[in-house]
Amino acid sequence: MSRWPEHDVAARAGRWEATGYAALHVLLLAPLVVVLVLTLVSAALVVVWVGVLLLAGVLPVMRVLVGWHRTMSGRMLGAPATAPYLPLPGGPIANLQVRAADPMTWRDLLWILWAVTLGFVVSLLAVVLLLGVVTWPVWWYGVGPLMRARACVDRALLTVGRTEHLERRVQALTESRAVVVDHSAAELRRIERDLHDGPQARLAAVSLSLGLADDLFETDPDAARRLVNDARSTSSTALGELRDVVRGIHPPVLADRGLTGAVSALALDMALPVELALDVPRRLPAPVESAVYFTVAECLANAGKHAGADQTWISLRHADGVLRGEVGDDGRGGADPTSGSGLQGVAARLAAFDGILSVSSPAGGPTVVSWEVPCG
Amino acid sequence: MRVVLAEDHALLRAGLTQLLEAKGFTVLHAVDNLPALERALEDPAAEAAVVDVRMPPSFTDEGLRAAIAVRARRPGFPVLVLSQYVEQLYARELLASGEGAVGYLLKDRVSDVAEFVDALRRVADGATVLDPSVVAAVLERRRDSPIERLTDREREVLALMAEGRANAGIAQALVVSEKAVAKHINGIFAKLDLPADTDDHRRVRAVLAWLKV
Repeated sequence: MSRWPEHDVAARAGRWEATGYAALHVLLLAPLVVVLVLTLVSAALVVVWVGVLLLAGVLPVMRVLVGWHRTMSGRMLGAPATAPYLPLPGGPIANLQVRAADPMTWRDLLWILWAVTLGFVVSLLAVVLLLGVVTWPVWWYGVGPLMRARACVDRALLTVGRTEHLERRVQALTESRAVVVDHSAAELRRIERDLHDGPQARLAAVSLSLGLADDLFETDPDAARRLVNDARSTSSTALGELRDVVRGIHPPVLADRGLTGAVSALALDMALPVELALDVPRRLPAPVESAVYFTVAECLANAGKHAGADQTWISLRHADGVLRGEVGDDGRGGADPTSGSGLQGVAARLAAFDGILSVSSPAGGPTVVSWEVPCG
Repeated sequence: MRVVLAEDHALLRAGLTQLLEAKGFTVLHAVDNLPALERALEDPAAEAAVVDVRMPPSFTDEGLRAAIAVRARRPGFPVLVLSQYVEQLYARELLASGEGAVGYLLKDRVSDVAEFVDALRRVADGATVLDPSVVAAVLERRRDSPIERLTDREREVLALMAEGRANAGIAQALVVSEKAVAKHINGIFAKLDLPADTDDHRRVRAVLAWLKV
């Protein structure tokens, strides 16, 4: 998350720029009115599904228009204004749901009400002061404060304040922490169960066999030898099970070779052909490497098990402090990210690092799971 | 035969030393970390090395790297790499370090003393010995290579070759005559377009083609 920007007087817009924005505000009145009316009409028509279609079309347009104004207010005040919209999941229906439920959408609407009334009057005044020749002295001294005042109102409506920003952050962190804690508790239970049912039981059997063999050593050497052989094969199985458990906790190849090497190793173990595009020039923090590794492993396992795919591809790219990744397959698609616990688990792990995971899997394929994780 | 042994776990190092000495090997140096291993591999008297992958100082893959490095310096120096885990990635890197005289086995295989000692002897003789689990993982892969031209039986023979078995061993495992095995192997060589060479080199090349190194 970016630091809340401080106002920078030197970076404020000058008279001419301010008047330019005022002129743009005046020109953009008509589109804003159209968007406002369309939004209200389609909201009323949502009960008939035509309204849903209309809303799906008009909400993105509204965001674009409002976005321009947000940028202008940022330029006026010399401090960029960021849009605190909720992240969009990907599908058209899901996007519409998120947009409609986003409190920022409602604030955008409220802002339009201000922008087509009082806000419009302020901008019109700035333009008229310039065009009115005799009013130039008033324009010279007045346009800056006037337009900055408008920009302050715009900004108050179009962005969230520092406190609200931090509140949202705390909320998001609390949620992701709860999920991660749940997830790791479940992992620990699984590991405990795996150890208990597997290697622990087998080692007990080994020790039993060896004890018996010790007893029979003099009287029945053949039986003793059989028992020793049993013990050997049981200990081999126990070692195999321990290997599987350890791989599930932290794969050795990840510790040895980092993300690039470990993902290449995963690709080698796949029965399907895998196309690799890896661009991660240096080692990342171990917890991020681990979370991303298990994300790739989960996606590949799904592609191998459910997708009926002939080809898969993996791309990982670390640039500008963000690790972007993608795993895709040309299988039958129709994967539901909310059904299995696997993808939800890795999404929760990524969320702990402010990572976002999205799944696109239309019926008929292809399935593409992509994610972004900020990391230095 | 004089061997260098590198294993950081004291119990296993003592056990392996005892096992190797009992089977007629001389353990020249038994070391527990990378710098000591590098020094031991400088010893001109050493004829082969048995190396654990994970060792101090960083406990990652220094054993593997040391094995590849010594084979770059002394081409064809026999190295048998032991590990708690086998990775196809590492198998390929080892095989790419030069033809033959290389082995990569799970540590558990040590429990079958006869097999283990046999594997070490074969590596010292110039063979390639891969752990059955690497071989099994490769078999599972779908591929679009000359390997597709092989019959199922020929692929079984090739898999056993990759585990480092000689014709007699392959014949025994598949319950066929040695003559039949030789016929299959000739079929494999022909289908993989392997140039006429000593039989040992062709065997190694066949395995490399199969792993697509």
